[in-house]
Amino acid sequence: MTSTLARETPAPVMAPMHRKTKVRPYSVFRVVALTVIVLTFIAPLVWMFLASLKTNVDIYDSSKAFIFTPTLDNYDTVFGRANYFTYILNSFWIGFASTGLSLLLGVPAAYSMSRYVMKKSAAVVLLARIIPGVSLLVPWYIIFSNLRLVGGFEVLILSHMFVSLPLVVYIMMSFFDSLPLELEEQAQVDGLTPIGAFLRISLPLAVPGIATAAILSFIFSWNNFMFALVLSGAETKTLPVAIFDFVAYASIDWGGLMAAAVIITVPIMVIALFTQKYIVSGLTAGATKG
Amino acid sequence: MSAVADQKQSPVESFSRWANKHRKWVFAAPSMIFVSLLIAFPVGWTLYLSLTDARGSVRADSDFIGLENYADVLTDFDRFWPAVGRTVYFTGGALLLELVLGMIIALLLWRPFRGEKWVRIAILLPLVATPVAVGMMWRLILEPNIGFANQMLSWFGIPAQPFLSGQNTALTTLMFIDVWQWTPMVVLILLAGLTSLSDEPDEAARMDGANGWQRFWFVTFPLIRTTFITAILLRGIDALKTFDILYATKGKGGGSFHEVETLNVYAYGLSFDYNKYGESSTVLIVFFMLIIGCIWLLTARRKKDNS
Repeated sequence: MTSTLARETPAPVMAPMHRKTKVRPYSVFRVVALTVIVLTFIAPLVWMFLASLKTNVDIYDSSKAFIFTPTLDNYDTVFGRANYFTYILNSFWIGFASTGLSLLLGVPAAYSMSRYVMKKSAAVVLLARIIPGVSLLVPWYIIFSNLRLVGGFEVLILSHMFVSLPLVVYIMMSFFDSLPLELEEQAQVDGLTPIGAFLRISLPLAVPGIATAAILSFIFSWNNFMFALVLSGAETKTLPVAIFDFVAYASIDWGGLMAAAVIITVPIMVIALFTQKYIVSGLTAGATKG
Repeated sequence: MSAVADQKQSPVESFSRWANKHRKWVFAAPSMIFVSLLIAFPVGWTLYLSLTDARGSVRADSDFIGLENYADVLTDFDRFWPAVGRTVYFTGGALLLELVLGMIIALLLWRPFRGEKWVRIAILLPLVATPVAVGMMWRLILEPNIGFANQMLSWFGIPAQPFLSGQNTALTTLMFIDVWQWTPMVVLILLAGLTSLSDEPDEAARMDGANGWQRFWFVTFPLIRTTFITAILLRGIDALKTFDILYATKGKGGGSFHEVETLNVYAYGLSFDYNKYGESSTVLIVFFMLIIGCIWLLTARRKKDNS
C-alpha cells in the first residue's frame, strides 16, 4: 500500500503551498494541546517547589495556595537537623564510582561485542535489564550479610552497577555499530596494534557516546531506591532513602519533605537541562532499529 | 615493529602480543565476570532458595523441600493471586494510557515549530525526576484534606476524592502517577521513530486526498510499528517491576489492606519484612517467568510480522 503511494510522489514545489492553506486549524489545535501537555507535566513540579517555601501552617491553608510569604526554614531543617550534606555526598560518590567502574568494564566489552558480533554474550548482559532487582537483592543480602559488608559503600556501588553496566554496554554497542571500521583499519596499516587502534582512534571518536552513557548511568544511580533501602547503613544512606526520615507514622513534616524532594530532583533536572540531547539519544538508543 | 620481532621479547611486549591476539575476550572478560558473579550466580541462588525453607536469620540453616513453596504460593488466593491481578491491572492500564497519549504527543511534536526546545525540556523533566521524590510530591498534591487536587475539584463542584488513601482508588491513582512520569519515555522513543521517516509517503497520501487519520493509520503507523513494539517492551518491563512510587506513597506491604501490593512489592516484603527468603524466591521465579512470557509473546509476534 505504502509503496504504491510513494511512487506517485508529486513535484516537491506543490507540497508547502498545499500545507499552508489546509493545516491552519491544526496549528491552532496544536498550540492549545501542547500548552495543556506542558502544564500537566510542569505544574506538579512547580507545586512541589512552592510548598517547599511554605511554613507547615501555610501548606494547610488553601487560601495561601499561591500568595504566601516564602521562607527558607524548610531547607534549614533539611540541611541542619536532618544532616543532608552527608546524604548528598553519599549519593554523588556512589553515582560517580558506579558510573566510572561501569564505563571501565562496559566500554571495551561493548566494543568487542559490536566489532566481533558476540550476539550471545550481548544477550546475557542485556538480560540484566529484564531481571527484577529484588531477585538479586535476596542472595546479595544473604552473601553480603555473612561477609559483614552490608552498609558499606562497596556493596552499594556494586549493586548500582547492576543497572549501569548493562546500560553502558547497550548504549555503547549501538554507538560502536555506527562508527566506520575504515579508520581503525587505516591505523593498523600505519603500524598501530588492534588495541592501540581502539585506544587512539575509536575511543576518542566514541566520546559523545561515552558522555551519553555516563550521564544516564549517573541519573539511574542517583534515582535508585530499592538497593540502597536494603543495603545501606546509617552512614551510607543515599538521598532517596534519607527522605523517609520526614515521614513519621503519626505526622508528616510536609514542608521539610518537599524541601528534601526538591533537593533530590534539582541536581538531576539541571543536568537534564544542559545535556538534553545526550539523554534523549541514550534513552532511545537502538529503539528505531527494532 | 617487525624489525624488533626477531629479538627476545620483554614481558610487556609478549603480554601486549597476547592481549592483542585475544583482544575479543580481553575486552569482554571483565564485564562477563561481573555479570556472572553478581547477576547469573545470584539468579541461580534464587532458583535454589525457592526450593528450600530458608527463613529467619541469614545465617540459619535451611532444608531442601522440593516444590513445596511452589505449591503453597500457587494456591495462595489471599496474597499471591491478588498481587498478580494488581500487577497485571497496573501494568496493563498504565501501558495502554502511555502508548495512546505517547503516540498523540509524539505526533504533535513531530513537525518543527517555534519553542520546540522548551516543550521538549518540559517533557523530559518528569522522566528524570527521582521516583521516590515524585511519589512524595503526589502524596502532598493528592492529600484528601490539604491537597491541591481536591481544591481544584471543588472549583468544579466535584466532591473530594480519597485518591491514594482510598482502598479502591489507590492503585488506579498510582497508575495515573506512572502515566505522568513515564509517558515522556514513550514519546521520546516514538518521536525517534517518526523523525527517522522520510516525508514522501505522508505527502503522497496527502496528495491522494487521505485525511489525517487515514494518513496516520495506513501510512505512518505501519512504518513505525517496530519502534512501537520496542516502546511496549521497554516500558512494559519497567512498569511490571514498579516499586519506588508504590513504596514511597503506601509504605510497606502496599498499604494497610495491601491495596497496591504488586508482585514486586509482595516479594520484597516477604524477604525483608518477614525474612521468608525461600517463599519470596518462589514468588520471584514465578514473576520472572511471567515477564519472560510477556516478552516471548511480543517478540514472537514481531518475528511473524517481519517474515
